[in-house]
Amino acid sequence: MTALPPHLPGLGFKPDHFAAIRAGAPGIGFFEVHAENYMGAGGLPHAQLAAIRADHALSVHGVGLSIGGARGLDRDHLARLRQLCDRYQPESFSEHLAWSSHGAEYLNDLLPLPYTEETLQLVCDHVGQVQEVLGRRMLLENPATYLCFAQSTIPETDFLTEVAHRTGCGLLLDVNNVFVSCTNHGTDPRRWLAGFPLHLVGEIHLGGHDTEDLPSGPLLIDSHGAPVADPVWTLYAEVIARAGPLPTLIEWDNDLPEWPVLAAEAARAARILATGGAGLARAS
Amino acid sequence: MHAHPDFLAHFDAALRGGPLPAGLTARDAAEVERRFAVYRNNVAVSLTEALATRFPVIRRLVGAEYFAPLARLYAEADRPKSPVLAEWGAGFAGFLDGFAPLSAYPYLGDVARIEYARGRAFHAADASPVDPARLAAADPGRVRLVLHPSVALLGLTHPAVSVWARNQPGGETLPLAAGPQTALILRDAAFQVPVQAIGPGDAALLRAVLAGACLSDAAAAAQRAEPGHDPQPLLVTLMRAGAMTDATE
Repeated sequence: MTALPPHLPGLGFKPDHFAAIRAGAPGIGFFEVHAENYMGAGGLPHAQLAAIRADHALSVHGVGLSIGGARGLDRDHLARLRQLCDRYQPESFSEHLAWSSHGAEYLNDLLPLPYTEETLQLVCDHVGQVQEVLGRRMLLENPATYLCFAQSTIPETDFLTEVAHRTGCGLLLDVNNVFVSCTNHGTDPRRWLAGFPLHLVGEIHLGGHDTEDLPSGPLLIDSHGAPVADPVWTLYAEVIARAGPLPTLIEWDNDLPEWPVLAAEAARAARILATGGAGLARAS
Repeated sequence: MHAHPDFLAHFDAALRGGPLPAGLTARDAAEVERRFAVYRNNVAVSLTEALATRFPVIRRLVGAEYFAPLARLYAEADRPKSPVLAEWGAGFAGFLDGFAPLSAYPYLGDVARIEYARGRAFHAADASPVDPARLAAADPGRVRLVLHPSVALLGLTHPAVSVWARNQPGGETLPLAAGPQTALILRDAAFQVPVQAIGPGDAALLRAVLAGACLSDAAAAAQRAEPGHDPQPLLVTLMRAGAMTDATE
């Protein structure tokens, strides 16, 4: 299995942009899709994905496995994922450190979990199961969170590192999520990143967030509906300066702009990748 | 030490409006409720948007401001059972049928049936059209047509096909039909999913073909349902849409 290309940024594929992409998408290294949008039997989604896949590297990003759940993974859903990965042979498969189903019901949000020895074991079991069924290494993404838990006994970076060590999975570093969570919890994103094992990162996500003003300061909400914020670009450049080029995705899922707006965000990431993060890190 | 199942159960109950689970902390403890509301809102808004994607005409008919709380009520009554949200909403038509505040609009359930069926057709399996030469050479007394997996027939109590059509771009001036309608839904070769009302002869012909009858038996069934029925226009429609995928004798 080859990896995603590290030197040219990727974009989330949206059907609205299919024609623009087919007309030529210079400078785009790969496309990413949400696995759950391609689990129908046939039709336009598969016709488009097959065409995109024929010309580009592909990342399949799951949002529905509920790896942080307590009851074991949904075997039907895992089987559908296996089918999708077998069909398109993506360069990467990733999922979230979060839960999204409870009992038989799907909540359609990435919900937070306390970091304890118990949840560490559960998450490791689930990641192991995913890797076994898919027959491939997966990447696990750090979440954007709005609350913390008194029950937590393990720092988030240690938790992710330990999952990677125990299961052999890689990590997906969402720099916006780091900034959102650290701002929301009054902690330092640079300290978070200093404790994060960059050598295990197989992909980086950059997305936009919304801001709400609370009495204690800003509450940032991971919206994927805005340009990447300047402090997130700065943190990203610092990561690239430390780690070298890494496959980087611009995420924009809501209030979707025209193709040129996305292409401009990708171009900004490309400049940082090309200069090894130096240019922007100095400019800030 | 099995605290996690309890934690999830409490968190989920709180998403539905129950008391917050123990142990939540924030920069300022007074803000815990406000922060938890982000999760409540994410779940409610994302499910509302998923339902609106699936049922755009219902949203248009009741208006966006009415649709949002309606979708929340439906989501509470019939949450998705799978992360594949395209499969969600099978119960929405029945929910609308039984929703007393909208009883003055009894056709809404049938419109939702059309929209749900269109979604299924959009995602149905692929199949290549049959070779026309093979069809032309077939004996109508023996040939059984295999239709594309997207083909669906809906018997509707209300003139919901005409309501649906009037709520498509450019359809505002189309006439509103009266009485029950039968809808033919399929995905054509360009991945469009048109909806058309068909008469009793066409409906009988399609039902017979879908049940595995040979073409001449299906045509006879159409005659019984609608004396003088001409099967040709329907067969041409199916052929043009690429909806005939095999012919077996």
